[in-house]
Amino acid sequence: MSIYIGKHTKILIQGITGNEGLFHTRQMVQFPVPVVAGVTPGKGGEWVLDGKVPVFDCVRTAVEVSGANTSVIFVPARSAQDAILEAVDAGIKLIFVITEGIPVQDMVRVKWILQQNEVVLIGPNSPGMLIPKQAKIGIIPGDIAIPGNVGVVSRSGTLTYEVAHLLKQAGIGVSVCLGIGGDPVLGTGFSEVLDQLEHDPDTEKVVLIGEIGGQEEQKAAEMIAKGYNKPVVAFIAGQTAPLGVRMGHAGAIIERGSGSAQDKIAVLESSGVKVARLPEEIPDLLM
Amino acid sequence: MRLHEYQTKTIFRKYEIPTPRGKVATNAGEAKLLAEEIGGPVVVKAQVLVSGRGKAGGIRLAKSPKEAEELTSLILGREIKGFPVNKVLIEEAVIFTQEVYIAITLDREAGLPILITSGSGGIDIEEVALRSPEKILKQHLNPLLGIQDFHARLVAVNMDLPHPFWRQFAQILSETWKAFREHDAILVEINPLVLTSDNRMIALDGKMVIDDNALFRQVELAEYRWIEMENSIDTEARKFGLSYIPFSGTVGCMVNGAGLAMASMDLIKNFGGEPANFLDIGGGASAEKVGAALRIILSDVHVKSILINIFGGITRCDEVARGIVSAMHLIDTQVPIVVRLAGTNAKEGMQILASQNLVLAESLSEAARLAVGLSQRE
Repeated sequence: MSIYIGKHTKILIQGITGNEGLFHTRQMVQFPVPVVAGVTPGKGGEWVLDGKVPVFDCVRTAVEVSGANTSVIFVPARSAQDAILEAVDAGIKLIFVITEGIPVQDMVRVKWILQQNEVVLIGPNSPGMLIPKQAKIGIIPGDIAIPGNVGVVSRSGTLTYEVAHLLKQAGIGVSVCLGIGGDPVLGTGFSEVLDQLEHDPDTEKVVLIGEIGGQEEQKAAEMIAKGYNKPVVAFIAGQTAPLGVRMGHAGAIIERGSGSAQDKIAVLESSGVKVARLPEEIPDLLM
Repeated sequence: MRLHEYQTKTIFRKYEIPTPRGKVATNAGEAKLLAEEIGGPVVVKAQVLVSGRGKAGGIRLAKSPKEAEELTSLILGREIKGFPVNKVLIEEAVIFTQEVYIAITLDREAGLPILITSGSGGIDIEEVALRSPEKILKQHLNPLLGIQDFHARLVAVNMDLPHPFWRQFAQILSETWKAFREHDAILVEINPLVLTSDNRMIALDGKMVIDDNALFRQVELAEYRWIEMENSIDTEARKFGLSYIPFSGTVGCMVNGAGLAMASMDLIKNFGGEPANFLDIGGGASAEKVGAALRIILSDVHVKSILINIFGGITRCDEVARGIVSAMHLIDTQVPIVVRLAGTNAKEGMQILASQNLVLAESLSEAARLAVGLSQRE
């Protein structure tokens, strides 16, 4: 089933008793992939959602008791580094970080540790992943897409919903919809997800939703240019937005290319990707 | 958040990174006193957050306290590239033999800190990077360990740094790492770091950019933000967790999520309109937040219509709708507002808005088209 998760997947929610954590867990449990436990330090022993999901004080206990192997993190930004490291320490190998606003140096240190431990982290500032009718991991509204064969991967949250919604209206189904997150330093990039989608039997076409800044889209284009076995349609947000303020001389020295929408569109098109100028053109380009 | 040069140098002094003797002045009299205290020629440096201030006349050499006074009154109050100068830094003039460049920043693609150095520092460093990239040395750093002595030796050899400087150079590099690490910086740049004929190294200029997401634990730095006169709209937006960038168009935008906000702007442009701003209300949207966003958008008198586009995920549309309703009670405006809600609890949200004096739209392109049309009505 799909990418990253499978029949073995058992979900743990870190920050389950918080406002957002609880709201979205309530929706997640309506999908077949099970939410087996939650963690909120100080609330161990409680149960949430009418006694459906047990809450633990620490991830290690939660994993021991419930067999959870995938964590979804909703904790506030200032505790996120600690929460991620706790999940890694407990042996979790797949982590979705929904939290936004994590200090970037925290993420850089965390990323180093992830690589040492061969942990896959999606995010931070990711909306998570949705497999219509099968799994909702994170905050993507469960009903915005219908099952199908298009894999959607995006740097944005709400823009992903918009595109999924447009596909649904056009009667196009989605195999999986995944947001890699909007932060400068990410656990998983476009190219890693494209690689997963290439090997996913449920996915026949790919939609890539990028935005200005950074080099994620360029790296994806490089990978596609080397030979990718599925058609890719892309949209880049921010064609009319000015680029951000430059950071000293150092930014200019390490940047490769400007990160503008025009540059990204050009390099994607030269790699054989069909690029939509507006989101609503995406369904047609998939036909 | 960008720090001013004088703020950066205050941090450098904490780390014993050598800087010229100097202090900030806010008027010409103060500048004269400081120049007398320092003795000898001084440099008068405008404190503005733009690069290229030297070439724009914001850095001047004064041979006497009297001249420092005159130059200060000349520089203070004028604008450099659109930024008013409210402070000058009065510093001893340093005579040097060579300028080198050092910076630590984040390489977001690698997800690692990176040390960038060059023996050809100074104002033309970007030119050097373009023309002679071999003169720039880039080294990724282990985020847990930072700069080790061997990094400094590599740099010293690469830039042909004379032996007598090696020890203090290693010290400066390792302290720069500490300043970067301990202040949650995304950039620390010393350009130039100069060599003097008596074998000293001095940070003549410094730049630091701090990660806004880390200001909750950089309390001292967060205060700099309020001390500095930033425009009040900016401050207001930050207070409510909104990210707001004004442009020169007429269609105000309030959107959740940066990507969708940019796509909404693209659509407005596509329908022949001009976006007046970028505004991402972020996740969640209380009445206070929506109200603040509307006030900020309406503070721009050129706004002729407003597009509110919310796709609920973590944000619930009913909550946004309630926010809009209560904000409408507080804000008296004739500017037409087009609202489009989709996603989590969208139906509930649209019901709440049905009785309001708003234009409701089903899809994003319909909403953008309506908002553009309303912005062009005479």
